[in-house]
Amino acid sequence: MPAKLILRDKEFEVKAGMTLLDALKKSNIVPESVIATRNGEMITDDEVLRNGDVIKLIAVISGGKK
Amino acid sequence: MRQHKLALCREHYLQWVPEQTERFIIKYQMFTKGEKILVAVSGGKDSLSLWDILVRLGYQADGLYLGLGIDGGIDYSHESQRLSEKFADEHNLKLHVVDIEKEYGQSIPMLAESSHRGYGKPCAVCGLAKRHEMNRIARDLGYDVLATGHNLDDEAAVLFGNTLNWSSEYLLRQGPVLPEAEGLARKVKPLCRFYEREMTAYALLSGIEYIYEECPFAEGSQSIFYKETLNQLETTRPGVKLTFYLRFLEARKSGELFIEKNVRLGDLHPCPKCGQPTSTSDLCTFCRMIEKANIEAE
Repeated sequence: MPAKLILRDKEFEVKAGMTLLDALKKSNIVPESVIATRNGEMITDDEVLRNGDVIKLIAVISGGKK
Repeated sequence: MRQHKLALCREHYLQWVPEQTERFIIKYQMFTKGEKILVAVSGGKDSLSLWDILVRLGYQADGLYLGLGIDGGIDYSHESQRLSEKFADEHNLKLHVVDIEKEYGQSIPMLAESSHRGYGKPCAVCGLAKRHEMNRIARDLGYDVLATGHNLDDEAAVLFGNTLNWSSEYLLRQGPVLPEAEGLARKVKPLCRFYEREMTAYALLSGIEYIYEECPFAEGSQSIFYKETLNQLETTRPGVKLTFYLRFLEARKSGELFIEKNVRLGDLHPCPKCGQPTSTSDLCTFCRMIEKANIEAE
């Protein structure tokens, strides 16, 4: 089961086993522009994503790309 | 924080941000514990975090919220005011609320329309009115200094835009402190060395409830485009935004820039209506806008 990234109203599926940084780059999301949380806890760029992970991304630039 | 080669747990991160803020306040001689500070709060992450940090550090900091009358389909101004008031209530802090429409008869979007400024967007009118009102209120209420929540991304984006345009007069003015002058309150930016991402993390980890949606008129703005461009650079060159800003401050201070050491700002004189300094020969730009808006609205 892939991991899922959610940014505002968009969802991106990525392979489990990737780091968050690689998953963001693969999804064309600028890593510097978001903060990632899993189950409400902030996670760092080097965190390895697991099967079924749902990662909520919080945009740091308000009003930026949707 | 790749730019600092530093990773901190929640507890230490929430200590590190205020400690660094204190360091910047002292380094740039922003204010002292004996001075009264007015923090401009918008209900956003940066301004509420700044207020939180200053109070934690033991500074005398009150808040100022300006009601702009912006709805944008998300009840933006009401929600940002509610969050600012909630923060003040929960921390037992004093918040001054000033409503632009009550003061001048028209909200920001109405002023933009009736004064025909800003090419269909109220951002220019909003910036002008906020600068004018923040200065007026800080001085009227006897505050020593006005503090805003500008972070490093804000400063780097402004610097980037001014550099692209070689706007020497604006470059000359940009910095963590704008000193007090005749008619002008001292303005400081204690968060100017923190990345926007760092301030978002601080607000989230502190449990500060802030307005996540930015002003509906900000979407697609030039400053956001510059921020996104700089973030692309930051991804491949960690620390580039910080270096860009700090090297600018160093160069400006040393006189290495194209700016000559003794360049004088244009002569300023008091506006005959509001008394604030202006470089125009008659009324200041803000008072002219209000006059024009009132004539149009009649």
